[in-house]
Amino acid sequence: MSRFEPWSEGRTVEIVDDHRALEGPLMPILHAVQEAFGYVPEEAVPVLARELNLSRAEVHGVVTFYHDFRRELPGKHILKMCRAEACQSMGCEALVEKAQERLGVECGGTSADGRVTLEPIYCLGLCATAPSAMIDGRLVGRLDEKKLDQLLKEATA
Amino acid sequence: MTLRVFVPRDAAAVAVGADEVARLLAATAKKAAVSIEMVRNGSRGMLWLEPLVEIEEGGIRYGFGPVGQDDIEGLVKAGLFNGKPLASLKHPLALGPVEKIGFFKRQTRLTFARCGITDPVSLEDYRAHGGYKGLEKAISIKPIEIVEEVTKSGLRGRGGAGFPTGIKWKTVHDTAGAQKYIVCNADEGDSGTFADRMIMEGDPFVLIEGMTIAGIAVGATKGYIYLRSEYPHAEVALNAAIDAARKAELLGSKIAGSKHAFDLEVRMGAGAYVCGEETALLESLEGKRGLVRAKPPLPAHKGLFGCPTVINNVLSLAAVPFILSEGAKTYFDCGMGRSRGTMPIQLAGNIKHGGLFETAFGITLGELVDDVGGGTLSGRPVKAVQVGGPLGAYFPRALFDTPFDYEAFAARDGLIGHAGVVVFDDTANMAKQARFAFEFCAIESCGKCTPCRIGSTRGKETMDKVMAGENRADNLALIEDLCNTMKFGSLCALGGFTPYPVMSALTHFPQDFGRPAKKMAEAAE
Repeated sequence: MSRFEPWSEGRTVEIVDDHRALEGPLMPILHAVQEAFGYVPEEAVPVLARELNLSRAEVHGVVTFYHDFRRELPGKHILKMCRAEACQSMGCEALVEKAQERLGVECGGTSADGRVTLEPIYCLGLCATAPSAMIDGRLVGRLDEKKLDQLLKEATA
Repeated sequence: MTLRVFVPRDAAAVAVGADEVARLLAATAKKAAVSIEMVRNGSRGMLWLEPLVEIEEGGIRYGFGPVGQDDIEGLVKAGLFNGKPLASLKHPLALGPVEKIGFFKRQTRLTFARCGITDPVSLEDYRAHGGYKGLEKAISIKPIEIVEEVTKSGLRGRGGAGFPTGIKWKTVHDTAGAQKYIVCNADEGDSGTFADRMIMEGDPFVLIEGMTIAGIAVGATKGYIYLRSEYPHAEVALNAAIDAARKAELLGSKIAGSKHAFDLEVRMGAGAYVCGEETALLESLEGKRGLVRAKPPLPAHKGLFGCPTVINNVLSLAAVPFILSEGAKTYFDCGMGRSRGTMPIQLAGNIKHGGLFETAFGITLGELVDDVGGGTLSGRPVKAVQVGGPLGAYFPRALFDTPFDYEAFAARDGLIGHAGVVVFDDTANMAKQARFAFEFCAIESCGKCTPCRIGSTRGKETMDKVMAGENRADNLALIEDLCNTMKFGSLCALGGFTPYPVMSALTHFPQDFGRPAKKMAEAAE
């Protein structure tokens, strides 16, 4: 059972209507679409374009510009590992390698069993308690092998 | 008697277990039939001590940290809740009065005066600690006088560029427009920085007050906080504070009973580092790709939706309430040269005492890293310090006498940026760091200008060759040439400043690039 609802045009239009009164509503709408469906489906692009009186190219451009917006359904869990300088200074790269190895996937991909999507993130602002990570929205600081093992165990269980 | 217990809600504390500690403390107190009031405060900024639990006794707050869930039983046994004087409580985690800890005591906390002390989302608490006095003052004087006050304070943009805030405000004040905007740049993407996050989570009202004052000063009625999506805790705190301010009519059509109107909205970014560049941020707010705009026109003339716009960093806006309430001179009297006031410096990376340290400009890099920060966490020698985020230079120990000042850093081919200081020990490979600078630029480039879009990728490839030992001398010459092109040919600081980490690594640590080390002493001169 996915924690997201299946894409529907009706729901997409509803989301647009909720945000129509905002100035420059596209970004909040895309966030809401991703929250509802888990990603921004290709089918949503022409609907958003029509509803907002934009070209499909404009909507597509925005969806693909930002790292946050996914174009396919993520795994059951999303593990984001910080790879920026402060975390590098505390050895994050070795931990990323370990996670890649354990999940059998490069950073940016989803494990074959669909359980975990591993994503890089450039700075969670937890730079004095590095290395850091975020799993399904939960922050983890002072990450070490033991904590990573625990996270991976929970996520792949 | 009810015991006041403080456990931070700051994301850095939460990331190391503050929520669990708060829950367990509350449950333990309940079981022991001790009445407690749990305050989820902001962080004091001593992040190596997080989760830092504080207990108030006779107006003094005693600290314990870093507290894990496993420590609570022992602390309670040692007498945490039994009503005996906390000063005599013996436990390895007992720190004594928090405000007497050296790291805290040495600071000059102007912007962060309330952070860690108050309940961040309590308007009453904010007011009880001097909040909204700046706004009161702002309402009592003419808008242009607010602008003059900010100008006289010497405040410069804390986002990194250091542009005088008062001049920016004056331009928007003087530009006619049916609609004007205040935009807060809360896209704090630099690694090693977290001051914006801490103030938004730990004292959100100070930012709201600062933006409201800015709105009155320049005649803007609408404000946006563009917040990076990596900061969900800040979003919660800001929205709670905005709701409270609205209810108290400190936001809305008649602010504090005056004729001024101002309202605020938080907008989330979507993981694009370049949106920290002000014009890319405005594009993103408008619902477009975060492409950097060519200047002119300046945002002050044609900013958000083509309207006159003040766009300032979180810390610049958060400094304003103090300037208004205590006077420009009080702020100006801190600092050195053309860098006036205080800077919330962030000590990060491989450092023993990492955290937020607000102090007047002028402290040296060495004092910060060695005295305040206590050297590396790993205990190994410091090799390099990157100041100012991914676009900042790497400084060796030889430059530790550099005072924290915009001009002093610039004179040594570095920058303060948003005042993040990331420490690396001697296991760091500076060629790898230089390669990463190019790689990061390639990942985050908006793609509008060629030097940044293509230069970053070619730079990364060339560094790969250097690191593989392929035509080293020729390829390093190519890197230098490429850096020159990027520095002078890029549209914004992303491409324009990527050469700082690259060239500083190459200049100060030539041995890591397979160049003879003898040049290092000369380079440090």
